[in-house]
Amino acid sequence: MIIVSAGLFKDCGSSIVGAGLGDTLAYHHTYKINQVSFSSSIPSSSYCRATLSITMEEAKQTFDVDKAAVLVKELRKAFTSGKTKSYEWRMSQLESISKMIDEKEKEIIEALHKDLSKPELEAFVSEISMTKSSCKLALKELKHWMMPKKVETSMATYPSSAEIVSEPLGVVLVISTWNFPFLLSLDPVIGAIAAGNAVVLKPSEIAPATSSLLSRLLVEYADESAIRVVEGAVVETSALLEQKWDKIFFTGGARVGHIVMTAAAKHLTPVTLELGGKCPVLVDSNVDLQVTARRIVAGKWACNNGQACIGVDYIITTKDFATKLIGALRSVLEECFGKDPMESKDRSRIVNSFHFMRLVNLLDEDKVSDKIVVGGQRDRSQLQIAPTILLDVPEDSLIMQEEIFGPLLPIMTVEKLEDAFDMINRKPKALAAYLFSDDEQIKRKFVQNVSAGGIAINDTILQLAVPTLPFGGVGESGMGSYHGKFSFDAFSHNKAVLYRSFAGESPTRYPPYTPGKQKQMKALISGDVFNIMLALLGWFKN
Amino acid sequence: MDKFMIDLETDLEVMRECCRSGKTKEASWRRSQLKGLQTFLKENEVEILRALREDLGKHYVEAFRDEVGLIKKSLNLALKDLQKWMSSREAKLPMIALLSHAELVPEPLGLVLVISPWNFPLALSLEPLLGAIAAGNAVVLKPSEMAPACSSLLFNTLPNYLDNETIKVIEGGPAVGEQLLLKKWDKIFFTGSARVGRIVMSAAAKHLTPVTLELGGKCPAVLDSLSWSWDKEVAVNRIIGAKYGSCAGQACISVDYLLVEKAFSSAVVELMKVLIKKMYRDNPLESQSVGRIVNKHHFLRLKNLLTDKMVKDSIVYGGSMDEDSLFIEPTILVDPPRDSTIMTEEIFGPLLPIITLDKIEDSIDFINARPKPLAIYAFTKNEAFRRRMVSQTSSGAVVFNDAIIQYAADTIPFGGIGESGIGNYHGKFSFDTFSHYKAVVRRSFLTDFWFRFPPWNNYKLELFETAYNYDYFGMLLVILGLKRSRRRFDVR
Repeated sequence: MIIVSAGLFKDCGSSIVGAGLGDTLAYHHTYKINQVSFSSSIPSSSYCRATLSITMEEAKQTFDVDKAAVLVKELRKAFTSGKTKSYEWRMSQLESISKMIDEKEKEIIEALHKDLSKPELEAFVSEISMTKSSCKLALKELKHWMMPKKVETSMATYPSSAEIVSEPLGVVLVISTWNFPFLLSLDPVIGAIAAGNAVVLKPSEIAPATSSLLSRLLVEYADESAIRVVEGAVVETSALLEQKWDKIFFTGGARVGHIVMTAAAKHLTPVTLELGGKCPVLVDSNVDLQVTARRIVAGKWACNNGQACIGVDYIITTKDFATKLIGALRSVLEECFGKDPMESKDRSRIVNSFHFMRLVNLLDEDKVSDKIVVGGQRDRSQLQIAPTILLDVPEDSLIMQEEIFGPLLPIMTVEKLEDAFDMINRKPKALAAYLFSDDEQIKRKFVQNVSAGGIAINDTILQLAVPTLPFGGVGESGMGSYHGKFSFDAFSHNKAVLYRSFAGESPTRYPPYTPGKQKQMKALISGDVFNIMLALLGWFKN
Repeated sequence: MDKFMIDLETDLEVMRECCRSGKTKEASWRRSQLKGLQTFLKENEVEILRALREDLGKHYVEAFRDEVGLIKKSLNLALKDLQKWMSSREAKLPMIALLSHAELVPEPLGLVLVISPWNFPLALSLEPLLGAIAAGNAVVLKPSEMAPACSSLLFNTLPNYLDNETIKVIEGGPAVGEQLLLKKWDKIFFTGSARVGRIVMSAAAKHLTPVTLELGGKCPAVLDSLSWSWDKEVAVNRIIGAKYGSCAGQACISVDYLLVEKAFSSAVVELMKVLIKKMYRDNPLESQSVGRIVNKHHFLRLKNLLTDKMVKDSIVYGGSMDEDSLFIEPTILVDPPRDSTIMTEEIFGPLLPIITLDKIEDSIDFINARPKPLAIYAFTKNEAFRRRMVSQTSSGAVVFNDAIIQYAADTIPFGGIGESGIGNYHGKFSFDTFSHYKAVVRRSFLTDFWFRFPPWNNYKLELFETAYNYDYFGMLLVILGLKRSRRRFDVR
């Protein structure tokens, strides 16, 4: 979903080289960015490079492995004290976060604007209200979620009973990302708190304003002994990843996902990885064109300008329908963003110049640049690219191989709609797959044949907002899921508890295995296996 | 090995193609494979029981109880419930959702790898295998080379009953395991030690493969000072059965050590001696009822646990060993040093340290000071103590007044936490472990609201801000066109 860049210092001068987390784990510099401004950049596709000029000052304190160890120790102490387990503590923390969202709404919107030029309303709808609704749901349902679940014991109810008890995992780490820096930080934290864990949040340094806001606000509103924010980039993240956690919840790119999981393996720490992928949209020719075009625009450009893990990545439609669809998209785009989309304030900008150049590179590739049918304008100083539609780019081009994560939308055409299934299945499994169609048979085939984290039919993004559905990927798009009760489960261990009495004892269960017992066994073997089990365990009723 | 890798890759490619073709997704395929497993068990029962005797000296009654019988039970359940498990589950839309519909559709993960251990070489191979099949996956099973008779039986005979294009058994040791781990799987299901578990998970990380790790740990049994002699006897019997009776203590959920109150300990030891004698007679070596240590390596490992003088001196019962037959007598130790290896590492054999405590309630701290075990067994009638045991300790499972039997219960998840593992299975949980629950939302083209789309303006913002004080989620639904709002008319 994201590529971690920027935030690593090549030398101690005034320029930094942002590089991938994996390539730079060896750096141990100790500075803090105060202000970042973007200048020239030299991107290359496989290595993430961007040169940024910055002003910085030596930080007073370094967050290194030792500091991380101390932090985890403190939180573990808080967890062991048992206070985070109590219903009251969880409720009070969630209430406080809910209050924080109410009271600091303006600051949150400002930070999101600083980081991404996110339109106020988009910030409100997709980050603030989503986070708030998560919080509210948890507050409302917590008692219910925490209740042990009675289950039937399959082998006769007498003389045993069983239940599944949700218990917190312990001290957990949440590493979040820059595209929805508020929502994707707090949503998992809410789940972790609801489940009764102590939690450390590491927001993304690529959205520095939101990162620092979260750090300030959580100190103010949350119980500092069990809920912490660690700001920083690769050095800090590596220091955190060296520690033993009881769960790591990571949102970001597959490449860093590997690093996180490898670090987790050392301590046998379970992980949830929320990654991304190329989410396809399949458009049938029998659709309501206007509604379809609008919903695609909503899932692409009105959703953080395409920088979303479940955003529309590419469209597949039939050859003859493509022109119509392009026409409809063009007119909806104009409705939404005006005649000159570069002037519109209703789209987020590209997050930084590294990603800007990455996207420009996708566009400028041979055999791709001449396929632009809508848009294509770019403005480096504003970090803005116009909504751009491309028709029939080569399947082996970079733009069709990598997650786009920006305002570029390739449309691929096929002879028959069914051919699209192959095209989709040739690629790694995506976080979401979308279909617009009125044909029940195609819908059924789509659900059956396309594997993805989630599917929405005749809409985009919607599945994210339904708390009764798990949100998470499969294969390359991630592992584990969250949202609603699933968030609680992601941070809980389902402990099996079985109660037995001292009654119902059968000698068949114990050695010596005498001929008499063998006879009894034989008689039983001729009957139901179930009864044999009961007899062996001493639960057989004569 | 190169040729092995080339052949393997060819095989795996065929298997992946079968997954893509949708063959393994069919209910009929799953059903026929599960039935194949049933037939395998039915037609080869004698061979299986013989192989288990050869590898581990298991008495056939024990082998049936712990392995063949359990798998038969699981197969019956899977066949009975398959239809139910496979059907999609409707998800409630929380509020008035107009013309929308949401459901959870289970789908197979694809090509999965099952690595099984030697202590229950049949049950711990087939239990995950049947879960993977029920969920519609293609499976490679690698049984443990340390139970060679069972491994070879699975390798040579099992394929006769299954679809060989999609289900493969691969024999081999660590070298083969390493090669297998280099491949890209859609899931790895591993049962074994924490050490190898780490290797498996690191390998899985390279391909972002989810893992289920079924590990072990030192499972404590807590024995409260029961007053009734019947209760005492039943409890001690169950502890003995869970320690010595299942593969001679070589089980991930067998009792590792026992916690009792000081004042109660001598009575417990005396009772144990009597009951052990009753089960295994005067000469347990001659008795067919106690399993053998799997191999010389483990025999020596167990022998070494007792070499420390302080440990040796703590033996109050048993302690005899026969290296030729890999037999270790059921052995009881009282209060060996707490920092001795026998109290810091998983014992995995028929040695039972009894640790005495001042108060039985101290057992909670004792347990919490150690890595989280796969199971905690508590024999007590004290309701308050039970509640504390559940809420103040952490483990894969808690079982009251019995041990080991949680393995046979299908309605509770079987799996560890922390050092004792990741993920769980058994019953429906096995199906879930090998499935991805795909969220599916359907909408019509009918409801759509203008304010969902840019250009953003104050008008639209106002709409949200007026709704702000009410219900965020309802608002979100309003925005997405899922809920009618009165406000819609106000704004217009």
